[in-house]
Amino acid sequence: MTLGTWFALLVAIILAAEAVRAVRHRAFGSERWRRFFRHPTAAWGVGILAFLVIVAVAAPLIAPFDPDRQLDIIGLKNHPPSWTFLLGTDVLSRDVWSRIVYGARVSLGIGGLGALVAVSVGSLVGAVAGYYRRWVDAVLMRTVDIGLALPRIFILLMAVALWDRLPFWVLVLAIGLTSWFGTGRLVRAEVLSLRERDYVLAARALGAGAGGVIFRHVLPNAAAPVIVSAALGVGNVLLLEASLSFLGIGIRPPTPSWGNMIADGAPSVYTAPWTTVAAGLAISLVVMSLNAVADGLRDALDPHEEGGAT
Amino acid sequence: MSAPRPAGQPLVEVRDLVKHYAAERGWFGLGRPRPPVRAVDGVSFAIGGGSTLGLVGESGSGKTTVGRTMLRLQEATSGRVFFEGSDVFALDSGRLRALRRRMQIVFQDPYSSLNPRMTVGETLREPLKIHHLSGEVSSLLEEVGLDPAFAKRYPHELSGGQRQRVGIARALSVEPRFVVCDEPVSALDVSVQAQVLNLLADLQSRRRLTYLFIAHDLAVVRHIADTVAVMYLGKIVERAPAAEIYALPRHPYTRALLSAVPEPDPRATKRRIVLSGDIPSPAHPPPGCPFHPRCPHPKKSERCRTEVPPLREVPPQSGHLAACHYAEQPM
Ligand SMILES: Nc1ncnc2c1ncn2[C@@H]1O[C@H](COP(=O)(O)OP(=O)(O)OP(=O)(O)O)[C@@H](O)[C@H]1O
Ligand SMILES: [Mg+2]
Repeated sequence: MTLGTWFALLVAIILAAEAVRAVRHRAFGSERWRRFFRHPTAAWGVGILAFLVIVAVAAPLIAPFDPDRQLDIIGLKNHPPSWTFLLGTDVLSRDVWSRIVYGARVSLGIGGLGALVAVSVGSLVGAVAGYYRRWVDAVLMRTVDIGLALPRIFILLMAVALWDRLPFWVLVLAIGLTSWFGTGRLVRAEVLSLRERDYVLAARALGAGAGGVIFRHVLPNAAAPVIVSAALGVGNVLLLEASLSFLGIGIRPPTPSWGNMIADGAPSVYTAPWTTVAAGLAISLVVMSLNAVADGLRDALDPHEEGGAT
Repeated sequence: MSAPRPAGQPLVEVRDLVKHYAAERGWFGLGRPRPPVRAVDGVSFAIGGGSTLGLVGESGSGKTTVGRTMLRLQEATSGRVFFEGSDVFALDSGRLRALRRRMQIVFQDPYSSLNPRMTVGETLREPLKIHHLSGEVSSLLEEVGLDPAFAKRYPHELSGGQRQRVGIARALSVEPRFVVCDEPVSALDVSVQAQVLNLLADLQSRRRLTYLFIAHDLAVVRHIADTVAVMYLGKIVERAPAAEIYALPRHPYTRALLSAVPEPDPRATKRRIVLSGDIPSPAHPPPGCPFHPRCPHPKKSERCRTEVPPLREVPPQSGHLAACHYAEQPM
């Protein structure tokens, strides 16, 4: 680690703390954010996620080494953590910390985009099924039943049969399109109850079309469970990517992802656990942070706590 | 404004309206079929332009279903509705949208009738945008007795009465001729009820509105209705000009409802008729007269159990209809 990368790391930590402070400052003005910060872990979750996102964005400044460079395949293979190699080196003598930093780009990217695809498709399918009901609902929900019953890994393996290694965007789509079933069912249930609300009937009575009703009146009021399921979805996608990489069908090496780093370190996990442990910890940290944030959001967005006159 | 209509022709007419809710069948319609809920079972009436029909009945008698099927917010099972002479159920989606401007609805529950994520201003602007109208939010708010500053508020910042005023303003925004008022005051505090009733009466005379005014007791519609129709288990059991029905109710059910209304004159003594039992399930209506299991009429007979009494004119007054075999007999 050079002085410059230490400095960049420090700046990243300060920025993350600052981000939490800024959000928290808003909390004084808004009942909703106050409820969010009632969970002490929620602030930590936001801070850790902010830190990792900053690290991912500023990877070239923060990573001390080229993540793919084999520094010295004879002398620096499986080097334990030190001041130079913060998290040690892996079996190919690459700096693990640098790979974690660059891996954040890939893993958070897949997690975020995969969850985005899943939540968008799930919300749309759920809203259409719940709003139109009848055969539309029957067909879509049977699809969801089948999707939930089939093991996702199996579907993805089928997709992989078409490519030997999945390009990033195919992986995002493949994961996203096999992860929306739960969200779809959740949104449908929400829409089924929302569509009977008088304000939805009022909008129809005033001549609003189906699109206007769904996007203006139904989905915004179903936002709470959607946002919470999105936050949890990112973690699930991250874990799924790790499993895929472990099976050798995730991101193509040498590009680092936290998933394929676990796979890389697995053979030497007893002699040099740091590669696997670092990547595993990074994944756990993200998943735990997301769970904490989701908990806070669940409270913050709870319509039953919506203040006001009754 | 529409072309002048020949005198005597109603603005809205409902003919033999039926709405049955099919019982849930589950998985692709497999499973045991259950009898449908006969929410509305052959209802007919007409409302003249500028007048009010009060539709009264206990909870579950089908009043809301009548109002909503008339506006095509729900599909009717059968029957027809005419508005300004056109057949409402036969309209295509384009013509239906145009009709949406002419027929509106005010809801019972002021807490679920406004979108909690939209400000009052956004709620009122939406219909103006849909129909490309030039109306103004502030003048709408003023018309229902609210300060224009309310436009920036969210529903949860408003009281029940204020929300109900916003709901009324939303219905008025598209300049309707006919408004279904579905128990617009029953969820409000008693002190606020009179204010909102007065507002609706004012608006009616100012805008020459026609109302279908739904209520669950006869007291509420007393001062606003020109004609009153009483519903029981999806059927109209009595219909008469308001003055008539309060003075000389013919159906035992109407008499029972009326006996529960506090008398304005404290010296008048009256016998309170207490109905035994609950309203039966509309999925299993009793045979014969739907009211016979609870009927306190002294002349009640075997005929009531087997023969459905038609809604027929009861002399001496013409225009007074009741569905009771013994409507002429005193109770
Ligand atoms: N969507 C539905 N599915 C099945 N049954 C329904 C549905 N909506 C209403 N019903 C039934 O239809 C009957 C009439 O309901 P409706 O809401 O029209 O009565 P109401 O006279 O307006 O009662 P209230 O005074 O409670 O508003 C009731 O028995 C009700 O349970
Ligand atoms: Mg009702």
